[in-house]
Amino acid sequence: MTTLPWRWVLPPILLAGLAALLLTMSPARLINLNAPPLESLIVERTVLDDQGISLKVRAEGSKPMIIAQVQVDGAYWAFTQQPPGPIRRLATATVQIPYLWVKGEAHHVQFLTNTGVVIAHPIEVALPTPGLSLATLLGYGWLGLYVGLVPVGLGMLCYPYLKVLGQRGLTFVLTLTLGMLAFLLVDTLQEGLELAGKAAIAFQGQALVWLGATVACLALFAVGRHRGKPPEGPALSTYMALGIGLHNLGEGLAIGTAFALGELALGSFLVIGFTLHNLTEGLGIVAPLLKQKLRWQTFVALAALAGLPAVVGLWVGAFAFSPHWAALFLGIGAGAILQVIVELSTYLQQRHQPGNSGMSYLSLFGFMTGLIIMYSTALMVKF
Amino acid sequence: MDWHVQRRSVLGAGLLGAGTWLGRRFSQPALAQERAPTAPALHHQGMTTLGEVDHLRNGFDPHVLLTQWDEGRVSMLSTGQRLREYDIAAVEREIEVAPGVFYPAWTYNGQVPGPTIRVTEGDRIRIRFTNQGTHLHTLHFHGIHGAKQDGIPGVMEAAPGQTVTYEFDAKPFGCHLYHCHSVPFKRHLHKGLYGAFIVDPDPERHPDQTEVARSRLLGSPENQRWQELLMVMNAFDTNFDEENEVYAVNSIPHAYMKQPIRIERDRPVRIYLINVTEFDPINSFHLHANFFDYYDHGTTLTPTHRTIDTVMLCQAQRGIIECSFADFAPGVYMFHAHQAEFAELGWMSAFEVVV
Repeated sequence: MTTLPWRWVLPPILLAGLAALLLTMSPARLINLNAPPLESLIVERTVLDDQGISLKVRAEGSKPMIIAQVQVDGAYWAFTQQPPGPIRRLATATVQIPYLWVKGEAHHVQFLTNTGVVIAHPIEVALPTPGLSLATLLGYGWLGLYVGLVPVGLGMLCYPYLKVLGQRGLTFVLTLTLGMLAFLLVDTLQEGLELAGKAAIAFQGQALVWLGATVACLALFAVGRHRGKPPEGPALSTYMALGIGLHNLGEGLAIGTAFALGELALGSFLVIGFTLHNLTEGLGIVAPLLKQKLRWQTFVALAALAGLPAVVGLWVGAFAFSPHWAALFLGIGAGAILQVIVELSTYLQQRHQPGNSGMSYLSLFGFMTGLIIMYSTALMVKF
Repeated sequence: MDWHVQRRSVLGAGLLGAGTWLGRRFSQPALAQERAPTAPALHHQGMTTLGEVDHLRNGFDPHVLLTQWDEGRVSMLSTGQRLREYDIAAVEREIEVAPGVFYPAWTYNGQVPGPTIRVTEGDRIRIRFTNQGTHLHTLHFHGIHGAKQDGIPGVMEAAPGQTVTYEFDAKPFGCHLYHCHSVPFKRHLHKGLYGAFIVDPDPERHPDQTEVARSRLLGSPENQRWQELLMVMNAFDTNFDEENEVYAVNSIPHAYMKQPIRIERDRPVRIYLINVTEFDPINSFHLHANFFDYYDHGTTLTPTHRTIDTVMLCQAQRGIIECSFADFAPGVYMFHAHQAEFAELGWMSAFEVVV
């Protein structure tokens, strides 16, 4: 020990000192500001059953928040809170109100905090929240298969039709797939950003979407090109199935939540819409495989990868929904779709040998057809 | 007059749980309201504010406010006129307006509603008003007085730290109110600057209706029969969006649901009812299973409405309700605003009629 290594020790000591100073002496006092605490509360989950209304709330006030009173439809109601007491920043609590809600009608819950701030939570349409049971799990599972696996599988079954197409036909199908993926990219980002708005502000839901997309896209690039060249054939199809699968997870989440909140009427119209919409997705997945001999195991695995996440999405959406997690997953889905778009474009470029940029009227036509098919089938399922 | 001072101290002791026994031994204007409820609380299967307001911390108790008449320091002027002197201060303080909900109120003497000034027709009233707050405030009385005593912006308005003295003769007899008239007007009102100003009729001035007038004169033998109650219908806008979150009589929502007001069945009931609810154009009073006579503004000795069970009051309107539960079955009789909206947000109350 010759000399104390001051230049190593000084920065952390100063940092700790500064933190201590700021915590003990509020800097706001320097400008004589005594602002009231910021109060914010979001409801992450609404459960309606024969016990009344149960709300999972997350506090994001600048200080722990106290729910002093609860109003339902403009009337004070007794309630219980678990765990009781002030709710720390980003902590959650469950508020149970023994309220006789009316099936099919709207209700308005308001929290009154100890400072008299009112935080509103509307319930658009009151419907019993499905309890977690084998029957409801199976029900939502079936629904997931209907909107996910079945249409994707049906689309993939068009493989023999594609197989007989010539060179120009193949270009058309591949660019159509590209158009479809472009639509899904925009759609997934939009869904993600929408959900981000329902999450606690502190979680920065929009940043989660963009960061999830960036990281997922870069990671899939790195994995996909670890052999030094862009993926083709079954590998490209796999990435496509993964991207579409993550998109379908988001679709499942949206449907599951909407059903659980009673915001969506389940009709055969909707299922038909999803079938047509997702049929195109199946078509896209098999497009890179037209040069190869397709084994049925590959076929089943790809269909499962693209279609089954819808089932998971429905389950999570109906029984364990959290908007910030959903936003993150949709971001990841968007990233995965972006990776597939880039890789598919690369593949298309390589198919067209020197002298041909791959950008032709035919390609443009295919791309636009893909967009239009997705847009017009989405007309049936957007709510 | 001394008797009523004693009565206030009796009620004060009642707060500490010792006054009930004493209260039963004295002839009372209204039954001393015990802290321990005798009737089961009416919770309407969960439709209620949750918990209890800490009245001691608030410094005022809605059950005490019901019968807390402030007759001032009484003396005689050389002219033979009776002088009543009051000290009232505007105090800015936080009060609990619903269990666990704290509101930055502006108050007269720390309480909302302010002290109930009760005088007799023709008395000289002298009020030293001190502004202990940080904004301009006034006392504006609903009554007959000169323009220089009106308590409006620029006239008898007290700056922070300043004291002004209002002086006027009490007239006309009736059920009136006082409030702050500084601007912005709505804010000064709904933050709590209001109180009751009750002028009892002087029986000698009403030779045709001496009996009725005597029954209204606080402290007279005829008045002792009556169970007189003050009810100020008010509300609080806790988030300042110009809509009220809390409605009540005498500030605390559901106070008389959780502990109904005890009424002796065979003594008549007189309610001094005042509406100071801000933002909502009207408020109302509805009595269950009974009807009442109503004296609009209390400025007449014969009822202005007979045999009604609901009365509507606009902002600052007030009146006197007279009813009887004689021969009624003992039990709990509700009364509330018949705007269900106000009732469900706290303005729901009940009498417990006892034999």
